[in-house]
Amino acid sequence: MTLHLSIMLWLPLAFGILGLLAPPKVAGRLALVGTLLVLAYAITYLVDFDSSMAGLQHITDETWIGELGISYKLGVDGLNLFLVLLTALLWFSCTLWANFTDWEKPRLFYFHLALAQTAVLGALLAQDLALFVVFFDLMLVPFFFLTGIWGGAGRVQATIKFVIYTLVGSLLMLTAAIATGVLAAKGHGSLSFAFSDLAQRTLGESSQQWIFLFFAAAFLVKMPAFPLHGWMPDGYRAMPLPVLAVFSGVLSKVAAYGFLRVCLPLFPDAVAQYQPLLLLIALASILYGSAMAFTTTETRLILGYSSVAQLGFITLGIFALNAQGAQGAILQAFNHGLVVAPAFFIVALLAARSGGSEDIRDMGGLAMRAPALAALFLVVTFATLAMPGSSNFVGEFYILLGVFQEQAVIAIVASAGVVLAAFYALRLYITTMHNRTGPGVESREMELRDGLVLVPLVLAILAIALYPQFALKRSEPTVTSIVPVAHGVASGWTVYGPGSTEHGP
Amino acid sequence: MIVAAAKVAGPAIDWAGASPLVAVFGGALVVLLLGLAPARALREKAVPALSILTLVLAIVFSVWQWGEREDLIAGALRLDELTLILTIIFCVAGIAAVLLSWRHVAPREAAHGEYHALLLTSIAGMIVLVAAQNLVSVFLGLELLSIPLYVLCATEMRRASSLESGLKYLVVGSVGSATLLYGLAFLYGATGSTDFGTIAAALTGSGDLVSDPLLLTGIALTIVGLSFKASVAPFHQWTPDVYEGAPTPVTAFMAVATKAAAFGVMLRLFDIALIDASVDWAPPLAILAAITIVVGNVGALGQSSLKRLLAYSSVAQAGYMLAGVVVASRLGLQATIFYIAVYLVMNLAAFAVIVARERETPWGDDIASLNGIGSTRPLLAWPMTIAMLALAGFPATAGFIGKFYLIDAAVAGDYAWLAVFIVVGSMISLAYYLKVIAAIWMTPTMDAAFPGPAIGGGEQPLLAGGSDEATGLRAQGEVVAVAVVFGALTLALGVIPTPLFDVVRDAGAALGLF
Repeated sequence: MTLHLSIMLWLPLAFGILGLLAPPKVAGRLALVGTLLVLAYAITYLVDFDSSMAGLQHITDETWIGELGISYKLGVDGLNLFLVLLTALLWFSCTLWANFTDWEKPRLFYFHLALAQTAVLGALLAQDLALFVVFFDLMLVPFFFLTGIWGGAGRVQATIKFVIYTLVGSLLMLTAAIATGVLAAKGHGSLSFAFSDLAQRTLGESSQQWIFLFFAAAFLVKMPAFPLHGWMPDGYRAMPLPVLAVFSGVLSKVAAYGFLRVCLPLFPDAVAQYQPLLLLIALASILYGSAMAFTTTETRLILGYSSVAQLGFITLGIFALNAQGAQGAILQAFNHGLVVAPAFFIVALLAARSGGSEDIRDMGGLAMRAPALAALFLVVTFATLAMPGSSNFVGEFYILLGVFQEQAVIAIVASAGVVLAAFYALRLYITTMHNRTGPGVESREMELRDGLVLVPLVLAILAIALYPQFALKRSEPTVTSIVPVAHGVASGWTVYGPGSTEHGP
Repeated sequence: MIVAAAKVAGPAIDWAGASPLVAVFGGALVVLLLGLAPARALREKAVPALSILTLVLAIVFSVWQWGEREDLIAGALRLDELTLILTIIFCVAGIAAVLLSWRHVAPREAAHGEYHALLLTSIAGMIVLVAAQNLVSVFLGLELLSIPLYVLCATEMRRASSLESGLKYLVVGSVGSATLLYGLAFLYGATGSTDFGTIAAALTGSGDLVSDPLLLTGIALTIVGLSFKASVAPFHQWTPDVYEGAPTPVTAFMAVATKAAAFGVMLRLFDIALIDASVDWAPPLAILAAITIVVGNVGALGQSSLKRLLAYSSVAQAGYMLAGVVVASRLGLQATIFYIAVYLVMNLAAFAVIVARERETPWGDDIASLNGIGSTRPLLAWPMTIAMLALAGFPATAGFIGKFYLIDAAVAGDYAWLAVFIVVGSMISLAYYLKVIAAIWMTPTMDAAFPGPAIGGGEQPLLAGGSDEATGLRAQGEVVAVAVVFGALTLALGVIPTPLFDVVRDAGAALGLF
């Protein structure tokens, strides 16, 4: 059975363009149909996925720009399968959610939302470095407009700040990507950016180092990781909530995915050398993000900073440079996306019940007449704090296990992050749902349409919690085929890690 | 070549090969005469129409001659794909300029015949310049292109800044020309010939010549002279003032065509005639490129006039293109030509929108004139947005592929640090390009009351302005058409660049480099 990835990739954009031409009233419905089809497609891939195969499946490979060695190569494997599913699911939910609101210039809004989905899917599916960079940079454009046109207070400054921050990283990555292709081609004949070709043409160590740092800068800004998160507070404040939900749920994962797809296989020497640095950045992100999430009172920023912390965990898992860590990172990326999107939706519901304020000081007692909402929120909260029994617990456990084998000290400090997560997640739940009822608060149950958005996501959280093995089994063959490349080298650099001479598989 | 040069008495002229040039010259004469006609309709409609016809004819001739590679007029000019593709670029820029100035005040004040004849003569000068493979024809071409432009800048005779622009350009341009002429004289003195082929042979023949002070002085002065024309920093100071003061259609033409011509001659002079002396000129040119990128991008940051902003942006873009010249490889040459073509498309879209808004609003070329046109004038908003994204180098636009190609060439030519400069320049440039896009989509129109921004994501933002359907089309279909066509081309070349790559590869192969 051949399933063309191109169809799934371009479906959202096609519906977005269709929406531009349609009457404004149906643009939202059209976009919804598009995302539903993509979701159906993604589920088909999941069913059709051969979990015993490490390599790419459903490959599309055409020459795009022969002169520059850029090919249009797409494929799914254990690394991107679940992120593609996550993208499809979150976009469907958030487009549905967006349909509840009457947007100004609706056709343009849904066009940008659809373009964003195509760009994200492209970045995830691309199996050519140049193509990856193209889609990775393209992701910015729709979010620039979505924030700048439909955002809240201070939106123009926020969106420009956000784009400049992330594009600085992306442009460095562009140079690094071109250098990778050009330098790798020296002595190997024709220029090619396909990952499969680049993986066989190893770069010299000194080139690897600066190239890796450029890539790391791009990914760390996008996540965002601790010292490079300057755009995050303003950006999160200004973005419209449905857009923020997909942004926070998916885009940060694309950056983490970039490390796995690009850096680990292509720059093994540099990855091994900078492993301690990246682990420290990840650790700092966990502690800083948790501390900020615990102290801020804006609900958006609580979720924003908790994302910083969670992405810290994911980075930690990736740079454990062993199979457990990487598998935990992939699972956790999926989990976090699944958790943060409904959390933002709940924030919107809470804000609507407390006089439009998104500050937790204005909330409280919201659970009184809304038992269903409270129950769903509680599930999301427990998943966020990685309660044993949730899939997040499995993910974090794998990550910590992986890091423990590599750098025990860092793993021990990082486990403090798990505790801190319980603090900020419960604080958010208690101060909004329980406590004394705030002055402007009017507790009421959610409507049926809200359930349409929230319930499927919560069901997905429960499903993956019951059977995380489903995801782990499918990512395992690919992960074990990628990690040893970097890991073999890491073992050689005993200087950089105590106890890095002996590890499990 | 040498054989052709030896036949001094009455050189044979291949009229077919020279046909694009002949068409443009002939058109200039006819247009000039037609401008004397007493009937107003004839002057205002037939003259522009005939100018466009001339340029279309020149394009047709160029396509017809595609693939021919020979010396013209006793080796003074060279017919090859580089000449032809640049000829097509000049003609396209010329057609756009004629369309933009159709109902503009400038040709009315300067008389239609003269205005269009000057434009065509300038294009003829550009063709001579990029085809030149002799130091004498280089200078001839440069003057033929420059002098009409000095006049064109000053054609809005009742506006002081237009006159100032023309005068400033005349003074600075003359200094540049004089410097170049001095440099060319030194080159002749050092190598003993004005012919590019002989110069290249002389440099290959003796190793000492490369470090000859005479040659070094010649190269230095030539670089300076050409830098004035290409607005390479630090010889760019005239650019913002002249661009701002000149009538906008003329600015558009200058920005794209003059720059293309300057880089065309640089490619032929440095990458062919002086290729063996690249140790002399490549390092200083690389430093100039880096300075230009920084100066242009930083200069554009504080500008509120769109024409000044694009002037500084053009300085920055010149820096990028110079990187392609510096690497002195076929890849670099092709990347430069590719970028010139892309640059033409992006800038014409942007300038067409400026012209349209200058006529529609009282704010001239201020960024405020674009406020809120995302709602009111989508046909202008989209091309401007695409042009700005492309100039900033966003993917899915031609600008991205162009930059990709240049960085590729720079890294492959061991100028990775210059590639980093290109990228750093692009980062700085975001600040001003995004400002323009923010004005288009995220700022309310000036005349409408602004009810304040929305709070909270669920609510709709309160953007003032009309509906998507523009409130009645204004009488400038041709300007909007130019914007839309070039905006669409920018996007199309970003997605399907292969045709342009094929053309550019032909041009690279024609030079027989390496």
